[in-house]
Amino acid sequence: MVLTQNNNADTTVIRIENLCKSYSLQGTDGKSIVNQVLFDINMTVYQGEFVAIMGHSGSGKSTLMNILGCLDIPTSGSYWLSGKNISTLTENELARIRNQSIGFVFQGFNLLKRMTALDNVAVPLLYAGINRSQSRKQALALLCRTGLEKFAMHQPNQLSGGQQQRVAISRALVNHPPLILADEPTGNLDTQTSKEIMLLFEQLNREQGITIVLVTHEDDIASYARRLIRLKDGCVIYDDKNTITGDH
Amino acid sequence: MNLTTILSEAFRALRQNRLRTGLTMLGMIIGVAAVVLMLSIGQGARTKINETIAAMGSNLFLVVPGATSSGGFSFGSGSVRTLTINDAYAIADLTSIAATSPVTTGTVQLNYASKNWSTIITGTTPDYFVVGNWKMESGTTFTESDLRSAARVAVLGSVTAKNLFGEEDPIGKTIRITNRPFQVVGVLMAKGQSLTGRDQDDNVYIPITTSERQITGNQFPGSIRYMLVQGKSADDMDIAEIEITQLLRQRHRIQQGKDNDFTVRNLTAIADVATDAAKIMSIVLGAIASVSLMVGGIGIMNIMLVSVTERTREIGIRMALGANQRAILTQFLLEAIMICVLGGSIGLLLGITGAWIVSQVADMLIVITFGMIGLAFLFSSAVGVFFGFYPARKASSLKPVDALRYE
Repeated sequence: MVLTQNNNADTTVIRIENLCKSYSLQGTDGKSIVNQVLFDINMTVYQGEFVAIMGHSGSGKSTLMNILGCLDIPTSGSYWLSGKNISTLTENELARIRNQSIGFVFQGFNLLKRMTALDNVAVPLLYAGINRSQSRKQALALLCRTGLEKFAMHQPNQLSGGQQQRVAISRALVNHPPLILADEPTGNLDTQTSKEIMLLFEQLNREQGITIVLVTHEDDIASYARRLIRLKDGCVIYDDKNTITGDH
Repeated sequence: MNLTTILSEAFRALRQNRLRTGLTMLGMIIGVAAVVLMLSIGQGARTKINETIAAMGSNLFLVVPGATSSGGFSFGSGSVRTLTINDAYAIADLTSIAATSPVTTGTVQLNYASKNWSTIITGTTPDYFVVGNWKMESGTTFTESDLRSAARVAVLGSVTAKNLFGEEDPIGKTIRITNRPFQVVGVLMAKGQSLTGRDQDDNVYIPITTSERQITGNQFPGSIRYMLVQGKSADDMDIAEIEITQLLRQRHRIQQGKDNDFTVRNLTAIADVATDAAKIMSIVLGAIASVSLMVGGIGIMNIMLVSVTERTREIGIRMALGANQRAILTQFLLEAIMICVLGGSIGLLLGITGAWIVSQVADMLIVITFGMIGLAFLFSSAVGVFFGFYPARKASSLKPVDALRYE
């Protein structure tokens, strides 16, 4: 086993039981139409895992990702993140969880416009209540680690896609969250840059033991992960548990 | 996120869209400038009227002889000389009365050296200057003993003194009033126009005894043109009026049911009307200006709503990074307040400048008080909170997942 801390089965990061998600839409005739997206999902992710969730578009993987990221709430079922039952938390507590426990990496990078790379990385620290100069210092340290210190004062539109995604990864890491959620992180990148980004994820997972959950529809991207979950029509159709969980 | 950080975030957001911020602010600038300008003009008018009223003296009654008529033909007020100096002294003894001053008037020619000047002569008692709230420019008023001895002493109004003496000091000099020598003992401080627009400073005052015996003469000895009566307190003016009326009726032996042969007029009541008019004027001016402030506020709300929609994705990103609803609400609210307070400050400066220009060009009295400045600030931040709250609330109540998905 590479990671010693994973030998302890109690270090569960994500536990989902019987999770369902449905949206109700107002139809043209005034009746509401219920559209169920996720059906009875069960999964457990332990600390230090690198999980890829795969599925075609419409399989519900993005909805699952939003729920995992506490951006959306499940219709039924339960979700424990680092032992906390998410469904009982208030909006403020959810905001705090997003700030402290989760780092987001998006397909479209989602950097704030007209703000330097440095300030973008510092945003989560500001919401954590750290003052501006201190958070800039910490943000710069992270940009150095991802090799972007030269671009600290550049605005997103002055950076390449790969550089922007690296800024976004720095931002996701800045509060030292135990979990990184990456939603199609290479979707807007060319093959070479995608490879670099995936190697960065792999390195973070291996060297720092950060749990990474990745959504993708590309097999070669998913191959960087050490566990694969496939979704189809809102159900888990495959969960490859021969990696870390299989050892227990 | 602490307040200073949110403040600088809000400031950054405003700076990112300078033109829009500037235009939104313009509504606020114009609104506050208009309010400050209108309030200062209104306040100026009120101050001017209050000064005039204060100069007139407080708690005053004017008692004039009544009208007489002969064969159905009225001769008008003061056509009979029913009031006497002794009436005045009797009224002065009433408990509700502070002082009285009987007055006779006439028009005379004054001479000093080669200059001469025609003016109104007022024969009165030293109390006149107390009752009328006169202040001395130089010298003193005449005294009770001057009154008793019918001394030839005179007090000049400032306009009269200027016309007769120019730059020369009039005190102790001898002037001739209808060819009789009088010594000038004092010059009054200028008062300006009365409420009715009469120049109060072109006048010469001498003891009433001297006037009656030596200058104006009198076909009815002891009678006076009018008297000024000062009540002791503003609250007892009604009682004082009744007391004066009763006393005079008694002294004049007027039977029950017969009309008075005099009229008692409460000058304070007249002043109150003028004050009320000025007050109403400043309220109306302020109200009109407030409308522009209101329109400015609606402009801010409009822009903030557009801004929230435009920045939905930014809000989503911020929420994903850990911004709670309060942080988003505060940020957008602060942006609105910042526009208002900044616009309010500029508007305040503009309003003060405008008021200064008006005071120079139109020669009007303009009064700017700290209260007004405070009010402008308070009002503009209140507008910011009021019109900024709804858009900010809208921004903060967005669901993170919806906001992030927004294109």
